[in-house]
Amino acid sequence: MSRIKKSIFTNVDWPVVGMYLLLVLMGWLNIYATLYNEDHTSLFDFSQRHGKQLMWIGISIVVALVIALVDSRLFETFAYVFYGIGMFFLIAVLVGGNEIKGARSWFVIGGVSFQPSETAKYVTALAVAYYLSRPGVKIGNIKPKLIMFLMIALPGILIALQPDPGSTLVYLAFIFVLYREGMSGNIMIVGLVMVMLFIVTLFAKQSSVMMPFVDVEMNGKYVLISFLVLITGGLYLLLKNLNKNIWKAFAVGLLIMVGTVLSVDYVFDNIFKDRHRNRVNELVGIISDPRGTGYNQHQSKIAIGSGGFWGKGYLDGTQTKYNFVPEQSTDFIYCTVGEEWGFIGSSFVIITFLTLIGRLIFLAERQRSKFSRVYGYSVASILFVHFMINIGMTIGLAPVIGIPLPFFSYGGTSLLSFSILLFTFVKLDSDRKHLLS
Amino acid sequence: MDKFENRKFVIYGIMVLIGLIFIGRLFYIQVIDDSYKLSAENQALVHTTLYPSRGVIYDRNGEVIVYNQASYDLMVIPKQVDKDLDTLKFCGVLGISKDDFIKKMEKCRRYSRYRASAFEKQITDENWVSISGKLFQYPGFFGQKRTLRKYALPVAAQVLGFVGEASRDNINKDAFYRPGDYLGISGLETWYEKNLRGKRGVKVYKRDVHNRIMGSYREGKLDTLPVAGENLVSTLDLYLQEYGEKLMANKRGSIVAIEPESGEILALVSSPNYDPNMLVGRARSKNYSALASNDSLNPLFNRAINAVYRPGSIFKLVQGLIGLQTHVINLNTRILCKRSIIKCHGTHTNDNLFGAIQHSCNPYFREVYRRLIQGGEFSNIYDDSRYGLGVWRDYVTSFGLGVRLPTDISGVSKGFVPDVAFYNKWYGDGGWAFSTIYSNSIGEGEMGVTPLQMANLAAILGNRGYYYTPHFIKSIGDKGPREEYLKRNYTHIDSSYFYVVIDALAAVVNETGGTARRARMDSIIICGKTGTVQNPTTPDHSVFMAFAPKDNPKIAIAVYVEEAGFGGTWAAPISSLMIEKYLTGEIKRPAKEQRILDANFLIPVKKSNESH
Ligand SMILES: [Zn+2]
Repeated sequence: MSRIKKSIFTNVDWPVVGMYLLLVLMGWLNIYATLYNEDHTSLFDFSQRHGKQLMWIGISIVVALVIALVDSRLFETFAYVFYGIGMFFLIAVLVGGNEIKGARSWFVIGGVSFQPSETAKYVTALAVAYYLSRPGVKIGNIKPKLIMFLMIALPGILIALQPDPGSTLVYLAFIFVLYREGMSGNIMIVGLVMVMLFIVTLFAKQSSVMMPFVDVEMNGKYVLISFLVLITGGLYLLLKNLNKNIWKAFAVGLLIMVGTVLSVDYVFDNIFKDRHRNRVNELVGIISDPRGTGYNQHQSKIAIGSGGFWGKGYLDGTQTKYNFVPEQSTDFIYCTVGEEWGFIGSSFVIITFLTLIGRLIFLAERQRSKFSRVYGYSVASILFVHFMINIGMTIGLAPVIGIPLPFFSYGGTSLLSFSILLFTFVKLDSDRKHLLS
Repeated sequence: MDKFENRKFVIYGIMVLIGLIFIGRLFYIQVIDDSYKLSAENQALVHTTLYPSRGVIYDRNGEVIVYNQASYDLMVIPKQVDKDLDTLKFCGVLGISKDDFIKKMEKCRRYSRYRASAFEKQITDENWVSISGKLFQYPGFFGQKRTLRKYALPVAAQVLGFVGEASRDNINKDAFYRPGDYLGISGLETWYEKNLRGKRGVKVYKRDVHNRIMGSYREGKLDTLPVAGENLVSTLDLYLQEYGEKLMANKRGSIVAIEPESGEILALVSSPNYDPNMLVGRARSKNYSALASNDSLNPLFNRAINAVYRPGSIFKLVQGLIGLQTHVINLNTRILCKRSIIKCHGTHTNDNLFGAIQHSCNPYFREVYRRLIQGGEFSNIYDDSRYGLGVWRDYVTSFGLGVRLPTDISGVSKGFVPDVAFYNKWYGDGGWAFSTIYSNSIGEGEMGVTPLQMANLAAILGNRGYYYTPHFIKSIGDKGPREEYLKRNYTHIDSSYFYVVIDALAAVVNETGGTARRARMDSIIICGKTGTVQNPTTPDHSVFMAFAPKDNPKIAIAVYVEEAGFGGTWAAPISSLMIEKYLTGEIKRPAKEQRILDANFLIPVKKSNESH
């Protein structure tokens, strides 16, 4: 620390703070709108969700100030401790949590509820940043890869056991972080191919093909596997003269693809529950049932679509009140924006989010400390994945996965966790001159 | 700084790409694709129609003729109906059978599962009280307030017309109407539809996902109040109308009474008729079919404006007036009653116009007609007749004959006055002359007149030469007299020529031996003329035309009683009673009245020898 007494606000990145406040304010206005009716017009009614959210905003700002006061080295020092505590809560919630809507995701203590999966993202980000910033850790090697994988997969699996597969998906965010830190880009390509194969398999297994010559009916997924084998084999024959070892790449590739097809089938039919299956099927268009499985998303699209260019006006929405859209103040909060603020308002929210995330990446890149940089990327990536899945879901581009829109959605733990996540980085950034790798 | 730093551009790229995809998608569903807006409207808003009350119709003295009573349509939104609905219990509440229930439900479902349609229409106020109390147990059902027509007295059905539901055709023709709307289907209800119907209001409610009403939408900025239809002040005298219908019971025919000094129709009776309440409410379509299929009585047919009869002797008055105006005769012209060509009645031999009218002398008017048609303008009788008929016809039509009187009701017939083209078509050009068409001279031949025209003729005589368009509605709302009915329509006859005709009409009724003695009253001088429309196989139609009092007449009337015989026997006393009722307000000749009330001409009778 410098001997000159300086304000805790020195070097704080105000654009990030400003965008944070803007998003929180917009979120709160929209929560108020979803609950607004002529009987409850008071802005500060703490029995209502908008009142409670206001309280949580206050708490979050206080916590942000506390973070600004602590020594920024603390986060690095206690990264693993925090991680351990986070994992403990994830295990504890599986044992002693309260079951709400079929998932053990919550502790409810004296009217205050707490969701360990929200904080798990934070501690995982700290731990990953800490591990990668250790001298000698090279992501290209096998051992760091394995440790990295376990560190990220552990909370993911624990959360999947709740079961809350949506929140597990958020851990995919670390792919961006690892990619930035030098992990092969192939993993992203492989991921993309796997997602595509996943969808193709869903369609393929719906149909079966009568095989020529032999009078046998063959399920589409086996036809798909046959095609994959034939194409890979053909390509190998064409390219084998280029490089002696190319067969290895082809073998691994084929193994992954065939494995995906077979496991997709298994995961889909045996691990997924009906509602998960239906959401995916609805999204890719295998089934269409706007009054049943697809109800949420259909209503969500109606609400957003009915907003038009300019929107219906603040508090003048009709779809996002009165429960047409379920979870309208939490996961589907974006519908209110779409309905009342129209294309203009919804685009503005998207641009604000992406500007904030872009700014965070910019800040991450200017860190001298590797810990700070990795952590910054983690924050940006987690926010981005939430943003992408949540908004994608409301406009019908992603399956219905119940995760909140950061800073926007109603929910105390969620808002507080995202605020801690963000302001920890703001703190690291403001101390960047004193933190060296 | 480090070798992987450039990878940030890949990450930026992915984020920008996702951002563009999202904004593109938003643009599509919010700006380009309208289907979400429609879905939202249908889902979250309830448009409730507020039906206006239809205009009330008053009679000339301020008595209500037609007004409204509350009724209810039971609406249903099939989607919201409880799947475990206790159908039997529900049917019990409504008083319908289970089969009915299934049929109605199916019909509503076919219209729309998500929109309200009428399950049961026009439930009266009294029945609604018991139904509405139990309705809360049946989600998806609710009441829609409507109104039904109600009649102070069961009279004037054909004039007033009735109200029914807008057909597909009505809706296609006029964008004002929507399924379930009511509109006037005949009579004054349809003629004044635009005034009576008023304007629908709408109230937009928000509803929640359970279809509960959540208050008005945008503080009622889109709501409109219904505007009640305009009231109409009719020219009818409700009690005179009632009395006329009473007199015409068990008779086929009509009565038209007009106030000569205004053209206001005081009563217009067509018999047989029906109780207007039959065509109101749930029973309407059933009753309508019954009325429409009653061939022998045809109660929906408005004879008074639509039935065309030969004018008979009454037309002689017009012939005489045209003769005077064209100077083919004067008051002193006497014509021999030569019965070789056309027969005559009575002992007269050589009458002037006054006598000829009094005695209804056929040869006299045949000669007048000859002078009119073949007056010697051309040496060729065919050319002469062609010219003469044209001149004659101009005079006749100036009496409102052979033309459609612009009376405010649909279905008014023109009657018929033959013209040159008509005879040319029939006999060929140059194939006819006076001798071919002379029967027109005494109102036979091809002439055709409606009872309305006949009453108007009486008004013209009473006015000494002009008429106002006969009409039913004298004021819309309280706007007062209507421009179009203030105009005098003059005949082409100078008023001075009317006096001799009127004196003769007074003699017909009042002098001993006059043909219409049965029309006479002690206190009031009635001027009238009998007419008899001859029928080949059945008894003649009894016709009488009159106005009273002789000076400044207050009422002009035409009465037709089909197949009743001589005009003086039935039509004349009916006219007299109507005049007495209207001018004095009471009937002091109960025996005369009872004779009419007892008469029944609906039983088919063979033609008797009585004729005139
Ligand atoms: Zn004679």
